[in-house]
Amino acid sequence: MSKEIERLSDPGLPEHVHRRTDTDPAAAKQAERQIAIFFVLSALGTILFIFSYIKIPLDRFIFIPILGSTNAHQLFLGLGLAFSLLFIGLGAIQWARTLMPDTEVVAERHEFRSSEADRADFVATVKERAASAGLGRRSLIKRTLGLSLGLIGLSPLLLLRDLGPLPKTELETTSWAKGVRLVIDPSNRPILPSDLEVGAVAQVLPELAPGTERTLENVAKDAVLLIRLRPEDFKLSPERLSWTYQGIIAFSKICTHMGCAVALYEQQTKHLLCPCHQSTFDVPRAAKVIFGPAARPLPQLAITVDAQGYLIASAPFSEPVGPSFWERSS
Amino acid sequence: MSAGEKAAGAVANYVDERTGAAKWLKKNLTKVFPDHWSFMLGEIALYSFIILLLTGTFLTFWFDPSQRDVIYHGAYQPLSGIKMSAAYESTLHISFDVRGGLLMRQIHHWAALFFMSSIGAHLLRVFFTGAFRKPREFNWIIGIGLLTLGIVEGFLGYSLPDDLLSGTGIRIAEAIIQAMPIVGSYLAFFAFGGPFPGTAFIPRIFTVHVLILPGIFLALITAHLMLVWYQKHTQYPGPGRTEKNVIGYPLMPVYMAKAGGFFFVVFGVTAFLSAVASINPIWLYGPYTPGQISAGSQPDWYMGWLDGLVRMFPNLESHIWGHTISWNILIPGLIIPGILFTGMALYPFIESWVTGDKREHHLLDRPRNVPNRTALGVMSITFLLVTLSNGGNDLIATHFALSINQITWFNRIGIFILPPIAFIITKRICLSLQRADRELVLHGHETGQLVRLPHGEFVEVHEPLTPEETWKLTQHEQRAALEFKTIDENGVSRPKGLKEKIRNRLSRAVSEQVKKPDGDDLKEIEHH
Repeated sequence: MSKEIERLSDPGLPEHVHRRTDTDPAAAKQAERQIAIFFVLSALGTILFIFSYIKIPLDRFIFIPILGSTNAHQLFLGLGLAFSLLFIGLGAIQWARTLMPDTEVVAERHEFRSSEADRADFVATVKERAASAGLGRRSLIKRTLGLSLGLIGLSPLLLLRDLGPLPKTELETTSWAKGVRLVIDPSNRPILPSDLEVGAVAQVLPELAPGTERTLENVAKDAVLLIRLRPEDFKLSPERLSWTYQGIIAFSKICTHMGCAVALYEQQTKHLLCPCHQSTFDVPRAAKVIFGPAARPLPQLAITVDAQGYLIASAPFSEPVGPSFWERSS
Repeated sequence: MSAGEKAAGAVANYVDERTGAAKWLKKNLTKVFPDHWSFMLGEIALYSFIILLLTGTFLTFWFDPSQRDVIYHGAYQPLSGIKMSAAYESTLHISFDVRGGLLMRQIHHWAALFFMSSIGAHLLRVFFTGAFRKPREFNWIIGIGLLTLGIVEGFLGYSLPDDLLSGTGIRIAEAIIQAMPIVGSYLAFFAFGGPFPGTAFIPRIFTVHVLILPGIFLALITAHLMLVWYQKHTQYPGPGRTEKNVIGYPLMPVYMAKAGGFFFVVFGVTAFLSAVASINPIWLYGPYTPGQISAGSQPDWYMGWLDGLVRMFPNLESHIWGHTISWNILIPGLIIPGILFTGMALYPFIESWVTGDKREHHLLDRPRNVPNRTALGVMSITFLLVTLSNGGNDLIATHFALSINQITWFNRIGIFILPPIAFIITKRICLSLQRADRELVLHGHETGQLVRLPHGEFVEVHEPLTPEETWKLTQHEQRAALEFKTIDENGVSRPKGLKEKIRNRLSRAVSEQVKKPDGDDLKEIEHH
């Protein structure tokens, strides 16, 4: 064999190089002391933990550079725990690295595949056992078993039916109706048009009937944003313009994309932005989508004032609010 | 014999007489594990899981998974007198009234982030080194299962406190369920026990979060580890390391000390981070109400890529025969993730189909020696980074004073352009590295010593590589592309079908290599 070919063959495991701790008892002694110091530090960590738990009140704050004002109880409890754990780990690893045997061991590996005889034997056994049950011959049993197993899966599915009611028209309707007053949440105070200056925004909800309480399910559908522009800023169809009142326009606050609250109003550009996925709606053009993943404008609520001059809804929402769903028809 | 040895002998005797385990235990206590830093990534995931079980159990002692209304009267003054759910109140209680409660909450959350990060890093290590190849395809699929469930488990976990941020996340999850054609609104009503938000969801996901999913995790992790044990760990190529052996240190005592110690290190680092770095300060967000939101709402990072996809998708929606189909939710929220995870799970089978390689592999690949796979991995990472950066487009916009619309448009285009560019560049880099390896083997190390020859020419002295170095750079196998016959044995023309054409094309792509030096090359060099 030529020299070159030899250079391209596996030279085999290199010879073991002893560590200093293997040959020099003083170095081994020093490593032992290092490891012991780690374990003592861990014990001190536990003592810090116990001390912090008992002695540092939960509401004690201290100033630490970089961290700023920090809860001392939480900080020292955490540091105590961290040190007690970390130094056990470091000690054990140092022990393994310096004092435990570091000779690499070679273990054999075997192919997982069984011998041909074993495999053939296995196949024959399975075939023979299956045949002894007669599954192949008795087709009536096979078919009825298939039927029963297929059906039995329905029982657990059916059991899940009572997880919740059917949607019915819940997704299509809100509490808004003709004549319902717009109120500030949570004071339930009605609003006069003069409460809103040009450029102002307010979140409103439908007025509660006496003795009822507002649920989060209602808020999730009823939340409405009032925005006041100068009437000449609107670029609306005559119908939509009639849904506004003295420059005040009302939109569902629930994003038509995924239902987040569309809460960011930019006074300069008159854009409404949803903080979840940045769908952007142009308020003067009836909340037309001008950017982002939302496919539909925010539904507009028709408003006017009642005899006392308070803002009211002049009709329910003309379409479902919130994200899309299969049964939604527009 | 010392007293300790005597006692150990007695215990061993007692156990063996009842189980006959002496032989099995002896064999396994001396089991060999190869050593490499990258083999610790999966370990971090395992230890984080144990930390999650320990701290999670602690948290359940006080956490009240209920959405019933309560008025807060706890230690945190800014929220005093505010109406909130019992879930949120009990999370505040753990944070402000239970000693060590906040620490445990923070360890739990940091450990969850470590869990997901280390699973991701472990997956990349396994992918880039080809550790998923036969016979380890099962373990690859189990791993993908753990990754998927980890994402779900993490999402459910941070949704439990019912704060304004997490409630917004649940709202988005509800919209995804509701967007499914035909069954969507029904599934949403079943999941939430009625209209959103209802009072059923948090107690239900609590059961899933603390019972069902951890149970499945335990089962899958056990299977994952048993397979690693049974199939023996892979090893990096090197002198003496072959497909037929495994070289490393024995379990007892070296790996017990190293792996056991490493558990404490991971726990210690997590505790340290939790002591000094605040995470998910739910008291700043306030209780959830559907009418409010905080600006800069962000999911945890392992959900961020999904959010980024949803944010960048165009606003497509179909209205057909009185029904609505929300492509803007379905495609980025369900269809693309479904394709990605299925593709990932099937990758070992796809690769073996393309290469035609059905043999067992226990020696790992150096990523440069498999340029196509490495390039595919970097391409996937690039895809994820684009989606992730789009998931944080609002924060990038506010931090760097950029236009959010431009960032989104950059990502919308970048998602198509950047991954292929990453693929091409990575493949070129791999081939260049192969060329560099070849040069190194043929010409040796540069020594920096210049020698002037008698006729005036300057040459640099090169030092030949040691046999060990040479072996490391040349031990890999270079396979030619698969050959497809278009004329069969009887001389009849058999045109290739589409499937075979694809396989042929892919096979040629994966076999693109810089020829590694062999004996002939070396001989030629020496004759110079």
